[in-house]
Amino acid sequence: MSTLALGTVGRRPRLGAITGTAPRAAFGQIVRNEARLALRRPIGLIGGVGLPVALLVIFGEVPAFKQVLPSFGGGDIFDAYVPVLMCFGLAMLALLGLPIPLVAYRELGVLRRLSTTPVPRSWLLAAQGVVQLGTAVITVAAIIVISMTAFGVPAPKSPGGLVVSLLLATAGLFAIGLLIAAVARTATAVNVIGRVTFFPLMFFAGLWLPRALMPGALLDISNYTPLGAMVQAVQASMKTGFPPTAPLLVLAAYAVVFGYLARRFFRWE
Amino acid sequence: MDVLENGTAGRQDARPEQVVTQPAVEIAHLRKTYGPLVAVDDVSFSVAEGEIFGLLGPNGAGKTTTAECAIGLRTPDAGRIRLMGLDPHADAARLHEIVGVQLQASALPPKLRVGEILDMYRSFYRHPADVGELIEVLGLAAKRKDFYKSLSGGQRQRLSVALALVGQPKIAVLDEMTTGLDPQARRDAWALIEGIRDRGVTIVLVTHFMEEAERLCDRVALIDHGRVVALDTPAGLATRARGGKSVRFAPSVPFEDGLLTALPEVTRVEYEGQHVVVTGTGELVNAVILALASAGVTARDVQLDSSNLEDAFVKLTGRQHDKVEGATS
Repeated sequence: MSTLALGTVGRRPRLGAITGTAPRAAFGQIVRNEARLALRRPIGLIGGVGLPVALLVIFGEVPAFKQVLPSFGGGDIFDAYVPVLMCFGLAMLALLGLPIPLVAYRELGVLRRLSTTPVPRSWLLAAQGVVQLGTAVITVAAIIVISMTAFGVPAPKSPGGLVVSLLLATAGLFAIGLLIAAVARTATAVNVIGRVTFFPLMFFAGLWLPRALMPGALLDISNYTPLGAMVQAVQASMKTGFPPTAPLLVLAAYAVVFGYLARRFFRWE
Repeated sequence: MDVLENGTAGRQDARPEQVVTQPAVEIAHLRKTYGPLVAVDDVSFSVAEGEIFGLLGPNGAGKTTTAECAIGLRTPDAGRIRLMGLDPHADAARLHEIVGVQLQASALPPKLRVGEILDMYRSFYRHPADVGELIEVLGLAAKRKDFYKSLSGGQRQRLSVALALVGQPKIAVLDEMTTGLDPQARRDAWALIEGIRDRGVTIVLVTHFMEEAERLCDRVALIDHGRVVALDTPAGLATRARGGKSVRFAPSVPFEDGLLTALPEVTRVEYEGQHVVVTGTGELVNAVILALASAGVTARDVQLDSSNLEDAFVKLTGRQHDKVEGATS
């Protein structure tokens, strides 16, 4: 789904992008180097995988988190945090992990150099998307497996609903990340914008105050934020069944609107 | 400087005037504006296959814009561009296969290794060069496992050239490739460019560095304020600028100007303190010395004019070129 957002950007009518004659193997080579870079500047992996998984383990060990929330359909606080931590990982990858290298490449002239080769520049964007998507899969899988095996969280009620929710959330978040990449001029600016976006979004996801405990007005706002909608959809998939339409539509809307804006404002140079 | 001029002349003797039959690069009436600024104004030239062609001019003259239009990075407002018969926009895909480009100020991810970068760029082309051989030629073989960030300026520049060549291009466009290099690295880069040309690659060299153009280029387009102010061999430009050759000497005794102005080879006689500067053509030095000797005048401290592209530049553009870069030699 996120490749859809990326694909839109890549499909901008650019010379060479349409008629590119580069061997297909080149894409694999680009992905390979992007993956190497992700491993070599592990700040993205630490924020996107390490931190949420570490928080999961810590929260799982806190006795207070075993407290059952009456407003949360019989689940305890820990259960409520499982989707929040998925949000944490995805948001880190989308808001910082994805745009930082892209903007750095623009700053360094990597995109410019690429545009003198048979490879379309959009391939680098897509490769970056593939790497971040792969990392996101690792994060989500680790959270689900650890929470189920180590902390007795029941298996998701609707695995299909979970996949749909996560795909739409990834598309929406990656679109926001691409818009950041589009408007930020420097990697430092991405860092600032990404963080400034990350914390309020995480607030509405329920990182500090679980959604189950949010007062009505706050919950209404949360429902329309990307991470609030994601938590809502993921929680439903985990506990009750296929998620309601509203949060899925919110996520899809973020993907479409921010994807369009990112495409509209993305500068290659 | 004499050695340099001799070297240039010798090379040109070995490479007689190119007959432009099928130009590798053909640019006609190119125009490019940025808002009210006219960056390139009616630039035309063509480059023969196997030639090293220089686009020389001060910063902001429009040479980089010209090169960027040629490789399709910018869309010109007007004019016709063909590289090996290909239009940079309509035939972009095929053009990128046969044109290698080294851009000004274009870095690479700091934490990729030289070998990884080369292997990736190699995969972009259908008929790539052998990476092992390429890095051997470019003196990067020992650096294959090094991170980009650990490379020196000269090594980065050579890697950049390697990336321009890894697709086995027919044309290489090199923009300010020796800027920021120390004199030794610069000389190495020059030898490298000559080596590339010897493999049959046509080279378009963008430079603001006189000595570089003089040393390397078969022909030079001198660009100023977006226009081609002169197009010739480096030696031709220099000769044109001073209106012929000149010889400078201190006469043992004063003599009448007529002694020299009567000679067919002499066009002008000037005085600089104790010295006389005679400008002219043909076998100027012989004629002058013989005429002086026949009148009993001895010429001491004889110097052949070492005027060069630098003088041509000043004369043709009417401005002093920034000499800081040239001062390194």
